[in-house]
Amino acid sequence: MAPSGSGVAQAARRRARYPARYSALALLRRGKRPWPPILRGGELASSYDAVVVGGGVHGLATAYYLASNWGITNVAVLDKGYLGGGGSGRNTAIVRSNYLTPEGVAFYDRSLRLYERLALDLNLNVMFSRRGHLTLAHSDGALRTMRWRAEVNKQVGVDSEVIGPGEIKRLVPALDVSEAPRYPILGALHHPPGGIIRHDAVVWGYARAAAALGVETHQSTEVLDVATSGGDGPDGKGPGGRVTGVRTSRGDVSTPVVVNCTAGWASLIAAMVGLRLPISTHPLQAAVTEPVKLFLPAVVVSGSLHVYVSQTDRGELVFGAAVDPLATYDTAGSLSFAEDLAGHVLQLMPGLGRMRLLRQWSGLCDMTPDYSPIIGPTPVDGFHCDVGWGTYGFKAAPVAGEQLAACIATGEVPELIAPFTLDRFAAGRLVGEKGAAAVGH
Amino acid sequence: MLLVPCPHCGPRNSADLTLVGETEPRPDPATTTPAEWRAYLYEEHNPAGWCRETWHCRLGCGRFFVTERHRGANRFRHPPLGASAGEPGEAR
Repeated sequence: MAPSGSGVAQAARRRARYPARYSALALLRRGKRPWPPILRGGELASSYDAVVVGGGVHGLATAYYLASNWGITNVAVLDKGYLGGGGSGRNTAIVRSNYLTPEGVAFYDRSLRLYERLALDLNLNVMFSRRGHLTLAHSDGALRTMRWRAEVNKQVGVDSEVIGPGEIKRLVPALDVSEAPRYPILGALHHPPGGIIRHDAVVWGYARAAAALGVETHQSTEVLDVATSGGDGPDGKGPGGRVTGVRTSRGDVSTPVVVNCTAGWASLIAAMVGLRLPISTHPLQAAVTEPVKLFLPAVVVSGSLHVYVSQTDRGELVFGAAVDPLATYDTAGSLSFAEDLAGHVLQLMPGLGRMRLLRQWSGLCDMTPDYSPIIGPTPVDGFHCDVGWGTYGFKAAPVAGEQLAACIATGEVPELIAPFTLDRFAAGRLVGEKGAAAVGH
Repeated sequence: MLLVPCPHCGPRNSADLTLVGETEPRPDPATTTPAEWRAYLYEEHNPAGWCRETWHCRLGCGRFFVTERHRGANRFRHPPLGASAGEPGEAR
């Protein structure tokens, strides 16, 4: 588990150890001399204590907590593209913990608490805006699920409450709460701790803090194979084997621990050790409008209308939707998505009729059958997974990294992630979060 | 939009069809082990290459059919005649 002591005291100790390098004074002192590079890269070493595959927020968080909580600093983070170029830079930056199962709520609540003091820990402003989160209900069934979620949340100590149309209108005046729309708003699950965070800042913060502790990050370094011995399958792969190294596009390294922190490519990395995961990869599209004056004070989500929307500090509206129904690795955008999105948003906020979309993009989501992630050890010794994050990976990165680091360092699965291990599928104890994790149902 | 080659209707918009999933041989429920059955239920090959899939022509002819799709490029090819079900696309 994490070291004892309050978060603030811990951060103060860390600051004393790693004093702020960037200040007005430092800027003056340095003058025109170039700043030293922040990330540690260069040539690959011949061996590491652990290799993390995937330089997104999950991979970097895992490496950071391995180094900071457990002193394991001989770690390399490999990414075939650039840091934060996958789901970490494509999500809609929403954080919340109002899930459906007690396991899920406790897990995401821990993540939110880590996010709350992340700026202090990483010495970088991650722009956490705790503005509240509204999940709208347009039907009796949805309202029932909201009540269920509110009760589970309160049981675990998370602030969630079902509110009526009047209260919704008071919180977000732009919403149409009348009877006029095709799907009128009947109520909402109000979750005050939810909000948005600058997702790039989280990636950069973890990368910088991990590098300061000695972690190497290697970008443009693709993992081609994972060397495994002693397994049931060909080449010593498969259950029962153990990891011995990684073959990359820049040479071979030996390591006893490989952590699969990829999104979109999780099945392909797992196949390199002879494992099959219960994952199929779907693209999810998102879009952003031109910036306007701030008018949307909370994150608004509608499951029935398959949309979630928040306004950034710059004034752009960021929209996300359900995953595309077709399993594919193709991230091309579609006009039908933009049309559906616009129609649904106008049902919620008819006043946006003249706003223009600036751009749309998509990212890859690894969907599991129960809408919960797969974290922890696998039947291949030394091969750890932090995958299957579907549409909810960003908000969970700190807790996933922290708990997985503990799992790797101690060899024991921490209580918080025990419900989410890969063996739950064979054992038949799924953690059904579909009602709270996705908007497309 | 993706055009799916239904063997009965011809090319149709993918919105008219449902991707049932990867085509896998179903273990015999009378003799299978729980582990094998769970693997059949949940595990996927999920390749970024050719994949043998079952589709349901939901709003068209209503038939189920098997085809192969490249999940990276979203191209289709029909499986060779007489090929046994359950072999996933090898190309990655």
